Order: sequence, then C-alpha cells, then structure tokens
Amino acid sequence: MDRIKNSDGRKMAERPETSPTGNVERADAERESLVRTEEALNDGRPALNVEGLTKRFPRPEGKRRGFWRRRPKFAALAAVTFAVERGEIFGLIGMNGSGKSTLIRIVSTLLVPDEGQVEVFGVDVEGEPARVRELINRVAVDAAFFKVLSGSENLRYAARLYGLSPRVARERYDGLLTRIGFDPKRLSDQVKSLSRGERQKVAATRAFMSAPALLLLDEPTTGLDPRSKREVQRVIREMRDEEGTTVLLTTHDMEEAERLCDRVGILHEGRIVTIGTPAELEERAGGGSTTLEDAFLKFTGAEWLGDENGD
Amino acid sequence: MSIKVRALREFWCSIGFAERNFMLVKRYAGWEAVFLTYTIVSALTIGLIGVATGDQRLVLYLVVGAVLWGYLSILFHEVSECIAWERWEGTLEYTFMAPVKRFTQLMGNALYAITYGLGRAGVQLVVCALFFGISLAGANFLAAAVVLVISSLPFLGLGLACAVLPLLSRERGSQATHIFQALILLVSGVYYDVSVLPAWLRPFSVVSPATYTLRAMRAAVLDGVGLGALGNELLILVISGVILIPLGFACFVLGERWAKRTGKLKIEG
Repeated sequence: MDRIKNSDGRKMAERPETSPTGNVERADAERESLVRTEEALNDGRPALNVEGLTKRFPRPEGKRRGFWRRRPKFAALAAVTFAVERGEIFGLIGMNGSGKSTLIRIVSTLLVPDEGQVEVFGVDVEGEPARVRELINRVAVDAAFFKVLSGSENLRYAARLYGLSPRVARERYDGLLTRIGFDPKRLSDQVKSLSRGERQKVAATRAFMSAPALLLLDEPTTGLDPRSKREVQRVIREMRDEEGTTVLLTTHDMEEAERLCDRVGILHEGRIVTIGTPAELEERAGGGSTTLEDAFLKFTGAEWLGDENGD
Repeated sequence: MSIKVRALREFWCSIGFAERNFMLVKRYAGWEAVFLTYTIVSALTIGLIGVATGDQRLVLYLVVGAVLWGYLSILFHEVSECIAWERWEGTLEYTFMAPVKRFTQLMGNALYAITYGLGRAGVQLVVCALFFGISLAGANFLAAAVVLVISSLPFLGLGLACAVLPLLSRERGSQATHIFQALILLVSGVYYDVSVLPAWLRPFSVVSPATYTLRAMRAAVLDGVGLGALGNELLILVISGVILIPLGFACFVLGERWAKRTGKLKIEG
C-alpha cells in the first residue's frame, strides 16, 4: 500500500500499488493522482481558506422593476472570512437560511462566488475547480442516489467517478459500512427501500470511500437515530485521527458540534459572527453553565425567552 | 498527470456512466419492454401503409425511415436528456462535484446511447424484416454501417447543445428538446421525400443532418449503393459532426458556467 502523509505525519490516503484488474496503467493513474494530491497537501497552507466570500441571489419574492431590470438581490454570504487548519474538524452552525449550504456548495465547486476567494489546500475553487474536486467529497443533508439502483450499485458508480477500481471500492465500502453500523444484507436492496438513516449511512460511506483530503458534511446526521448518529460521528473522528482528513461540518445539532468540532463558527444572516472552540464560545456568551446552544442563541440575537414567559 | 494516464482515467469514468445507465435500464425492464414494443409496433404500422399500396420498395423505404429515426432519436434523446434525468433523480450536484471532466460525462452518456440505440434498432429491424418478409440481399451493409456511425456524430453534437437546456430552465429546457426533436422529424424526410414539403419548410431540410443520413441509408439499403457514391452525403455528415460536437460542448460549458453563477444547479423538489 502507498501511504501518503501530510506535513505533520498523518496518513492522508491509502491506495493499492496495483489496480485489481491488474492493469498497470490504471494503477499509474491512481498513483499520479495521489502525487498531485500530495503536492497540494504538503505545501503548508490551510486546508480551507475563505476570504471575503460574498454570494448574492435574487430575492425569491422580489419583482422585476421593468422588463429588463433584474430582481433585487440579497446576500446569502457577506464577506465571510475564516480558515480551517489541516486535520481540523470545523463546525459551522447557523439557523436555516443562514448561508451554510451556500458556503458548502461554493467549496464543492457547484457555485461560483460573486466576490472573495476560496482556496482548498491552496487551490483556488474558481480558478482550478477540477483540482479542487480531486481533494474533496461531500455528504449533503438529503443524500442523492439513483433510487432504483441498489446501495452497492450506487457505490460502484461513485467509485468509477473517483477513479477507484471496483475491487478497491468494494474493499473500502465493505469495511466502512461495517464500521458505520450498516447491515451488509441491505446493500443489495434498492436505495428507495432504505430508511433515511440507512441512506445517510450509504451516503457517508460513499464520501469516505474516496478518502477525501477535505470532507464537507452538510448536516450529515440529520434523520439518524441516536445510535446511528454516534456511529457516523465515530467514523468521522476516526477519519480525522487515522487519515488526517480535514472536516467542514454544518449542523443544527449543538451536541454534535460540541462533541466533534475542534472549533465552531456561527454563521448568521450570511456573516460569521464568532469563531472559537466550543468552550471559548460558551465563555464569550457568559460562561458558567452556558451551553453551546445558549451561545448560539445569544450570538444570533435569538435568545430563548421561553422560561421567562412561563413556556 | 500524463495525457495518456489522464485519458485512461477519463475513459474508465465514461464507462462508469454507460454502466450506470445500463443498470438503470435493467431496473426499468418493464418500461423498456413497453417502449420497445411501442417502437416496433409503430414501425410495423408505418410499413403496412406501404403494404396497402402494394409497393414492396415503399415498404422497405418506410421501414428504413422508421428504424433509422428510432436510432437517431434515441441517440439525441439520451444525450440531450442526460442532465434532465440527473436533475430528476437529484444526483446532478453529486455528479458535477465529482472529479470528472464534463466531456467525459457527456461522452459516457453518448457511448451508452449509441450502444442502446443500436440494440433497439437492431431488434426493430429484425422484427420488421420477418413481419414483412423483406429481402435485404441487395443492400450494401458496409455502406449502411458507415452511414450509421458517421450520422451519429452530428446528432451527438445536437444532443450536447440541447443537454444544457434543463440547466437553464428546469421544465422548459426539457420541453424545448422535445419540440426540437419533433421539428427534425418533420423536415428530414423520415417517411417521405423532402420534395413534398411546403417550399417554406424545405430550407430546414437542407440544414438537418437527418436528411442526409436518411438519403444515404436508403441508397445503401434499397439500391445497394457503395461508399464511393455516398461521398457527398458522408462528407456533409462528417463536417456537421466536426462543427456540431465542439459547438454543442461549448454551449454546454457556457450554460454550466451560467448555472453555477446563478445557483441553478441546486435541486428543488
């Protein structure tokens, strides 16, 4: 096995020396891709660097003023700046519509920023999206699959897209599914027959399988039962600890953010209002028995008055 | 990464798209049987118009038109709808985020469309030949095969150009491709000679690649004409392909860029 390590010695990826089909050229392709990944990973820059990122969309309810005029816009992200260090699990928490998914989409090369710059391991997402795609993978809140295909067929297809041979993919996803607590017998069932939790597990496996250097998790445990949630969280932590994967996680689950994240940023109305470790945010919000949820409510200006109102 | 290694990786990715589509065909086997039956019956009913006139040559003329149009429309439809299909399934963002060149994605779908289209057209032709007792003894099969291969090029180009439409407008894009396909059917002489078209429609038949495909294919199958005599039609088809494939791809890339700027890739519903 080739073991690629980043500058602090963490293993970054693990791939076979030869392709399972015995095709030397395919193995070369995998190795060369790895070398390029290694170059990007070892140049010392942050895993993710976001500077002055702004993205505007037309207001859905806005009306054109005149035929040629465009609809008025709102800023989904307004001059967002932060960095995620290599091997860090960074959480972004924010209310619905705060801009979390827009940010994830920009990092995923699915949206082009209006202003500002985003770099993944020093590679500009707008200038070199193809190189960025080799470094990332994403689990979306509503994982998308070909629902009439089985879990294994979807995983095999994903493996092709990420340049993995079917045998390597099989080895990886078998191991990952076991770790994540997915019943292997269900893998041959059509995705449409799987529960939401099972689908999220297959989606997480699909992303983990490609051993991304930067893993983008957009509310990955939404819809999972507490046990499944813990299993997915454990694998995320293991990926960081064992493979050095950097994780950008968006979540509404404060407990999850506290349990998983090294640092957390609170995104409110398209702006980062504060960043720090969960303990630092709690301290800034008042300390003592203040929870991350209290801190979140305080920083987003939505302090819960239910107790005072007798609710 | 060397060009050879990169090309190899992209090739395997394109195989992945084709393989995925065949897996979907397998899952929708019931519908596949329905569509195949419908296209076969459609070709038979059209051929029976020739039988009614007592003209065996007209039967073959119509059957060639029906089978060839079946193939070309599958080719066009599968390529032009590959984005609409992914949008419907909800996988579009996943595919666009993968480290795969867009050309590879579209060529993978084209590879599937050609293989699938040939399979269906083959079955259609065999059934029609048996049903009508058609003799193909005088056909020039080499010339017919070359016409089939070369005619695929401009239709791939047209498919690529239309594939972007669902990115620009979710529903109307798909609707526009169907209208476009219908117009090609009208002006290209699939079941009649283009000379019967009203004068104002005839110029459209000149710019439709299907016109030259049908003319060349009928010459090869009905009259056994060889490749040498089909030079003009083949040249036009090659030139159309050389122009339309890069043009279609350029349209797609521009459309994708626009969709990424405006957030149109996002799935809603």
